[in-house]
Amino acid sequence: MTIDLKTIKHISKLSRISVDEEKAHKLAKDLNSIFDFIEKLNELKTNNVEPLTSVAETTLKLRTDKVKSKDIREQIIKNSPQDNEDYFVVPKVIE
Amino acid sequence: MDQVSKSKSDYLISRKDNQYEVIIGLEVHAQVTSESKLFSTSATKFGAEPNTQVSLVDAAFPGMLPVINEFCVKQAIKTGIGLNAKINNRSVFDRKNYFYADLPQGYQISQFKDPIVGEGKVILDMPDGQKEVGIERLHLEQDAGKSIHDIDPKNTFVDLNRSGVALMEIVSKPDLRSPDEVSAYIKKLRSIMRYLGTCDGNMQEGSLRADVNVSVRLKDSKNLGTRCEIKNVNSIKFMQMAIDYEANRQVDLIEEGKSIDQETRLFDTKKNETRSMRSKEDAHDYRYFPDPDLLPLEISDQFISKIKNDIPELPDDKKKRFIEEFKLSPYEATILVSDIDTARYFENVVSKMGKNKDIKLAVNWITGELFAVLNNKNLEISQSPISAKNLAILVNLIKNGTISGKIAKTIFELMLDGDKDPQQIVEEKGLKQQSDPKALGALIDKIINDNREKAIEYKQGKEKLFGFFVGQAMKASGGKANPQLINELLKKKL
Amino acid sequence: MSNITNQSLSELVKNIKDKKLSSEEVTNAFINRSEKSKELNAYITEDYSSALEKAKKFDQKPNLDLKLPGIPMAVKDLFCTKDVLTTAGSKILDNFVPTYESTVTQNIWDEGAILIGKLNCDEFAMGSSNETSFFGNVHNPIDKNLVPGGSSGGSASALAGQLTPITIGTDTGGSIRQPASFTGTVGLKPTYGSCSRYGIVAFASSLDQAGPMAQNVKDCALLQEVISTYDPKDSTSIDFKRNNYSSELTNKIKGKKIGIPKEYRVDGMPDEIEQLWQKGIEYMKDCGAEIIDISLPHTSYALPTYYIVAPAEASSNLARYDGVKYGFRAKGENLIDMYEKTRSEGFGAEVQRRIMIGTYVLSSGYYDAYYLKAQKVRKLIKNDFDEAYKKVDAILTPSTPSSAFKSGEKKDDPVSMYLNDIFTVPVNLAGLPGISIPAGHDAKGYPLGLQIIGKAFDEQNILNIAYAMEEKINFKNKINDWWIK
Repeated sequence: MTIDLKTIKHISKLSRISVDEEKAHKLAKDLNSIFDFIEKLNELKTNNVEPLTSVAETTLKLRTDKVKSKDIREQIIKNSPQDNEDYFVVPKVIE
Repeated sequence: MDQVSKSKSDYLISRKDNQYEVIIGLEVHAQVTSESKLFSTSATKFGAEPNTQVSLVDAAFPGMLPVINEFCVKQAIKTGIGLNAKINNRSVFDRKNYFYADLPQGYQISQFKDPIVGEGKVILDMPDGQKEVGIERLHLEQDAGKSIHDIDPKNTFVDLNRSGVALMEIVSKPDLRSPDEVSAYIKKLRSIMRYLGTCDGNMQEGSLRADVNVSVRLKDSKNLGTRCEIKNVNSIKFMQMAIDYEANRQVDLIEEGKSIDQETRLFDTKKNETRSMRSKEDAHDYRYFPDPDLLPLEISDQFISKIKNDIPELPDDKKKRFIEEFKLSPYEATILVSDIDTARYFENVVSKMGKNKDIKLAVNWITGELFAVLNNKNLEISQSPISAKNLAILVNLIKNGTISGKIAKTIFELMLDGDKDPQQIVEEKGLKQQSDPKALGALIDKIINDNREKAIEYKQGKEKLFGFFVGQAMKASGGKANPQLINELLKKKL
Repeated sequence: MSNITNQSLSELVKNIKDKKLSSEEVTNAFINRSEKSKELNAYITEDYSSALEKAKKFDQKPNLDLKLPGIPMAVKDLFCTKDVLTTAGSKILDNFVPTYESTVTQNIWDEGAILIGKLNCDEFAMGSSNETSFFGNVHNPIDKNLVPGGSSGGSASALAGQLTPITIGTDTGGSIRQPASFTGTVGLKPTYGSCSRYGIVAFASSLDQAGPMAQNVKDCALLQEVISTYDPKDSTSIDFKRNNYSSELTNKIKGKKIGIPKEYRVDGMPDEIEQLWQKGIEYMKDCGAEIIDISLPHTSYALPTYYIVAPAEASSNLARYDGVKYGFRAKGENLIDMYEKTRSEGFGAEVQRRIMIGTYVLSSGYYDAYYLKAQKVRKLIKNDFDEAYKKVDAILTPSTPSSAFKSGEKKDDPVSMYLNDIFTVPVNLAGLPGISIPAGHDAKGYPLGLQIIGKAFDEQNILNIAYAMEEKINFKNKINDWWIK
C-alpha cells in the first residue's frame, strides 16, 4: 500500500499538526516504509481471535461519589499560556 | 395498554397532491444527578464561578487518569430499568477524538460499541391513546466544558466547570411522528428520570437537551428519507419549532426535485429556522477506540437486582394503581402521575385524609384550585403554599359537612397566607356550617312568615320561587347554612 | 569518605544508617559529580539547592527506618514532580511546572529519598537512542559517540556515570531494559499494573510501566519494593500481594525451569549476541536451573503490532497538548490555526510521525485493518507466553539485538531504529515483567544485556534469577570517565 500526500494532509488535519509540502513528502516516505513493515500482520489469519485491549488482569474498580477536589482554579489556570484569572483564553473559534 | 386504543399521529405535511410523514428520532443528553463528576472528584453544582469546579483530571493535566464514579453507573442502570431496557453486564468506555477549546483531553470518554444499557421502550399517553417508542440504547459519557464567544471580540473564553460531568445519552428509535409526540416523549423521559432521581430534567440549566434527527417520506412509503440532525436543542418548544421548520424544508426540497444532504444543522431560535453548520474543511472522523486508561465495566446480575429492588413505583405503574385503588379516570391519573412531586403531594393528601375520605373531591381541589394558584404564582408543587396536610383537612371539612364548598373557597384563599390550618380558620371566623335542624327550622319559619305572598305563589305552582327561598335562607345564615338541610326543610315547610 | 558516588545504593543506605555518611555528604557528592558531568547532557533540570536543603533537614532529624534514608536521586523527566519543571523532553512542555506529584515519585520521597534533578529522555518517551529530546542528545558514559539507548537514556547515562545512585525510568516497548543493556546497568520493567501510572506523562497507556534502574539486582529489588503500590487513582493499577523484593531476594534458583524461545534467534543477529545468550544458558545451568526449549511463534509480529497499538494510543494521549491549558502555545489567527502551529512547532519530528501513524490506523476505514488487527495479534502474542508458562518459570533472551550504536547512525531510518526493541516489545504487549542485566561485552568493549522475562506478578522470581546470574557473571562496567576533564 502507499500513503499519498492527500492522505498525509488529511491525517495532519485530524491531528491538528500543520504540514508544509516538504514535511508532507518526508512524512509520506517515512510512513510508507513503516507501513510496509506493519503489513507483515496480514500474514496472520485472525478472524476468530478476540482483540486484547488491556493486559491488566483486574476489573474496573468503582469509586464512591464524593467531592474531594475543591476549588483549585488558581492551580488549574496557573500554567496556561493565556487567561484572565477566571477563564482560559483562546483565539476566536471560527466555525 | 389494555383499555386504551393505540394513538395514531395525523401530523402530515401536505403539498399539492402529496402527503408526507415525518420520521423523528431523538438523542437525549441527560445530566446524571450526582455529587461528583463521572471520572473525577470535583463538584457538579450548577452556576458556580467559572473554573472553580475543575480538577486536574477535568483539565487534562499530564499524567492524570480517570476513575469511574460508582453512583453514576448505578444511576445509568436505574434509568435503564426505568426504560424497561436490557442492562448489559459488560460495557466499554471509548475515546471519541476531536479537538475543541472546551474539550481539554482532546477526546470525550463515551461508550460506542458496547453501551451500558441496550434496547428498551417508553409508553406515551397521547390524547387519542397510547404510543410505544423504542429505545435503542443508553450510554454514559462526559460532558464538555463551555466556550464563551461573546465576552471578547477577539478571543474565546473557556470554562471547564461542566467538563467531565456525567451524561446519559438516551437514543430513541425513529418511532416519533410529530412535534406533539416529541413533546410527550421528552416529558415522559423527564418524568421517569425524576421519579428515579437520576436526572433533575432541568432544561433551563441544560440538564436535559437533545439532538433531533428528522427525515420525511411520502405517506405510506416504507423507505426512510435522508435525515438531518439538529444539534443541541434545549427546550421542548424549540424542538417542536425546529422539527416543524425542518420537515417543511425537506418536503420543499423534495417537491422541487432537489436532494437532501445528510448533515448536521443548528436551530436558530431568533430566526426560527434551522441552518447547516458549515461543514468543516475536513469531515469529522472521531477515531473511536477503547480507552486504555479504563477497563471494561463489568456488572454482575446481583448488582443489577440490588438496584432493581430500590426502584420506586414508576409513572405507568402508579397510574394503573391510582385508577384501580382510587377509582380515578385515566385522564385524572395521568395528570397526577406525570410529575413525581404532584404524585407525592396527591398521595400525601390521600394519606392525611384518614378513613372517611372523598378522593374525587381531593383530586378536584388539587387539579382545580391548587393548580390555578401554582400557575398564577409560577410555583412548582413542591413549593406549594398549602401543605398536603392542610388541603386534606379542608377536603375533609367539606366532606363531613362542616363547611360548604363555597365557604371552602373562601377558606382556601385565607390558607394561602402562611399555610394556615383550615379548621382554625373555620373556628376563628365562625364559618362552621349550620346543620342544626331546629335553628335552621326557626330561620326558615321566619323567612316564610316574612314572605307570605311568595309562599302562596309557590304553593300555587310557581316552583321557580324555591330558589328564592334557598337564597334568602343562605343569606340569613351568612352563607353558613347547610344547603342540603335548607332544601329539605324548605320542601317540608312550604 | 572519598568514593561516595561509586557506592551502590545498598552500601550508601548502610553507611547512612550506620552514621558513617550524612545525607548531605552523599547528596553533595552526587551533585558535585553531576556538575562535572554536564557533557553527558543527562539532566534537563537540576534541583541541587533544594536537594541540599532537604538533605540538611534530613540529617537534623534522620529517620533511619526508611528504605531510602536521605538518598539523593534523579528521575526521568516523564514523572510529574510538584513545583519542579516537568518537560517529557518536549518543547511543548518546556515551561510546565506541575502542582502535583506522581504516585511513583511520591512513594520514593516517602521513603526518605531526595530529588536532585530531572533526567533527559526521548520526547514523550518515543525513541530508542535519546536523540529525539528537545533538550539534546544524551551521551553514553561508555563512549562519547555512543547513544545511551532510549527512551530512558538520561536515566541510564546518569546511573552508569554515577550521577545518581539509582533511578527510575518508564518502559513502553523497552525504554528501561534497552538503555540498561546499552550502559551496563540493571533495569526492570514490572508487570503492567504493578506501578501506578498516576502522574506519569502518558505515551501509550496500555503499555506504559514505570520501573527501577540500578547498579545491581539488589538495589533494583529495593527500589521496586518502594515504587510498586496499589493506587486507586489509576484504574489499571492492580491490587495484588507485593513481596518485600529486596529482603526476600535469594540466589537459590535450583530446579527453576528456564525457557529459551527459538524465535528470538533473529536473522542478522550478531554472533556475539548469540554467544552471550549461550553463555547465559550455561550460567543458568551452573545455578541449577533446567533449560527448556520453547516456542513463542508470534514473536516476529510483535513489533508491527506495537507500531500500531502504541502510536494509536499516543495520538489520542497527546491530543491534550493543544496550547490551551499549559505548555507552549504558538500564535494563531484563530483556534484551529493556533492548534496546528502549536503542535507543529511544539512536537519534534518523531512524535509527529507517531501521532500521524496513530491517527491513520484509527481513522475511518482503517480501524479494522490496523488497530483491531493489532489487538487480535496482541492476543496471540499473549497466548504464546501463557502457553510457554505452562512449561517454564521464566524465559531467557538477549535484551537487544546489538550493543549500543553510534549517535546519528539510525536517526534517519525509523524502521531500523524500531528494530532495536525487537526483544523487549513482546514483553510489554503481554504485560509481563522483564529485567535486563549486564552479562558481558562485545568485541569493542560495549556492554551487552540479557533479559529474563517472568510470569505476571512474578517479579520476585526474575529478580532471584537475575541475582543468581549476576553472581556468576561478575560483570564490570568499563567506564573511564571520559567526560570529566
